[in-house]
Amino acid sequence: MQFSDKTLALVQKIIKRYPEGKQKSALLPVLHLAQAEFDGWLSPDVMDYVAGLLMIKPIEVYEVATFYSMYNLKPVGKCLIEVCQTGPCWLRGSDDIVAHLESKLNIKVGETTSDGMFTLKTVECLGSCGTAPMLQCGSKYHENLTTDKVDALLQQLTNKNERTTYMQ
Amino acid sequence: MPRTLLLEHVNVPGIETFDTYRKHGGYASVEKALKSMTPDGVMEEVKKSGLRGRGGAGFPAGLKWSFLDRKSERPRYLVCNADESEPGTFKDRYLMEKIPHLLIEGMITSSYALGAKTSYIYIRGEYMYIVRILEKAIEEAYAAGFLGQNILGTGYSLDLYVHPGAGAYICGEETALLESLEGKRGNPRLKPPFPAVAGLYAAPTVVNNVETITAVVPIINFGGDEYAQIGVGKSTGTKLISASGHINKPGVYEIELGLPVEEFIYSDKYCGGIWKGRKLKAVVAGGSSVPILPAHLILKNAKGEPRLMTYESLGEGGFVSGTMLGSGGFIVMDETACIVRNLWTFARFYHHESCGQCSPCREGTGWMEKVLHRIEHGHGNSDDIDLLVDVAKKIEGNTICPLGDAAAWPVASAIRHFREEFEYHVKYPEKVMDPKHFEKEPFRSETFESVNV
Repeated sequence: MQFSDKTLALVQKIIKRYPEGKQKSALLPVLHLAQAEFDGWLSPDVMDYVAGLLMIKPIEVYEVATFYSMYNLKPVGKCLIEVCQTGPCWLRGSDDIVAHLESKLNIKVGETTSDGMFTLKTVECLGSCGTAPMLQCGSKYHENLTTDKVDALLQQLTNKNERTTYMQ
Repeated sequence: MPRTLLLEHVNVPGIETFDTYRKHGGYASVEKALKSMTPDGVMEEVKKSGLRGRGGAGFPAGLKWSFLDRKSERPRYLVCNADESEPGTFKDRYLMEKIPHLLIEGMITSSYALGAKTSYIYIRGEYMYIVRILEKAIEEAYAAGFLGQNILGTGYSLDLYVHPGAGAYICGEETALLESLEGKRGNPRLKPPFPAVAGLYAAPTVVNNVETITAVVPIINFGGDEYAQIGVGKSTGTKLISASGHINKPGVYEIELGLPVEEFIYSDKYCGGIWKGRKLKAVVAGGSSVPILPAHLILKNAKGEPRLMTYESLGEGGFVSGTMLGSGGFIVMDETACIVRNLWTFARFYHHESCGQCSPCREGTGWMEKVLHRIEHGHGNSDDIDLLVDVAKKIEGNTICPLGDAAAWPVASAIRHFREEFEYHVKYPEKVMDPKHFEKEPFRSETFESVNV
């Protein structure tokens, strides 16, 4: 297991942002790169590899990976759909958006479609309260959602048939 | 002096590029500060301006700067807190996305004042697309000689980097943010020592919110005294308000502090009134953690005086009948909103976001979510309401960081002002099992009334 040469160069560039000996600071950005490059989740092997790269102990990577909500510790579908469900989004109808996605994809929140295409997740406030309801897919925010907009997005993602990542 | 200081040029096409930003007066504060002012002189202007931290706490920014340990031989750091995660708040996102150079400019001028040679912008991971926007702006600023070695030939050098988080509300707390920037879990630190003495890598550090840092730009351009002319009393300058919920025009508005709350809600210049012609029921004025107020108490304080958008006026009445300006996350609810369900979403949020370090918060937020879930879903009993108040009381003040208080205040205030609605949930479980129950038949109360202005 190894990053591409391009990503490795980027990792070296990121490490240089921090003082010498403080390369552990690069852990969060490098885990983002790892998740994007290795199938959208952080397997123990991936975490061990990152630990080696940053010259820190594997446990230091595990404790961070398990703390932050954007790191997936299990495989996810090609497109991870994250719907905000906190107060301001709920006031503008996020419950209806979640229900629509569940029925359209025929899965419950937390599940992945049988073809491995979509995983549906609810998340807490993404800072898009003025354009609620909203969902995030990859790095993109989809705002002022209606059920029609959700349908169009699902169609578009299905046609594209590519993995979405935060690094796009 | 224009009365829109931060968003004046936000709609200029191309303002996200260096050239357009510069053409509209951008980077003037850097030139002025580095060429004609001492670092202490810059700090003096910020002190004079009366600028208060815009992230939520409202602590005087100049005073915070003055705590920085200047005798230390370690490097000093300025870290921008762009971890905006308080439900109802999206102003920093708007600023960074629309006018990224304003933040870069503020970072350079502020870093100069603090003597920082390296500065970081810690941004929440979900805003990853803005990381790209900021990095592009930084690249342009380097190319134009406003960052890097010997800026504008003045001898001052600064490197500026963007650091993404990975999803954790708690990292908006400044010591948790520093832990995260060091590549660790976001567990807040015990204070003292404060970051001003031992912050990032145990070196003297100032952590400021995005909006606070951008406000330094007009303060240097126009002078601290001029800035302090805007506003009322100790609430000086302008403030970005994120308006959301049941209003006609959600969005980010820059207001002069002192604007009447009623004008903010009903004027077409701002929120444009309550949507669908409905009445106003309640407002959470400063992000999810500040006390919720019913319509009559948000428009006027308990003495009957009009409530203003200032730290002091919103706070009038303490927690009995007042609230806080907080981060300026202004969440509006119409007469059909269910206070219990909204509160349950907040409790779920805090439970999810508790870092788990302090037992009162880790366990208490879980209990509050559970109890609120059962009340909202028709399984509550009459003791549950007092149980919630009791749990909230036991969290408040008993945790290392303010997340505990932030979780407790919404619960305590919702029950204080809307107790009848909680009792209704317990009394009529069959009605409240329908999540849209109040949409069909708004809740009527003897202690509060929805307002139509």
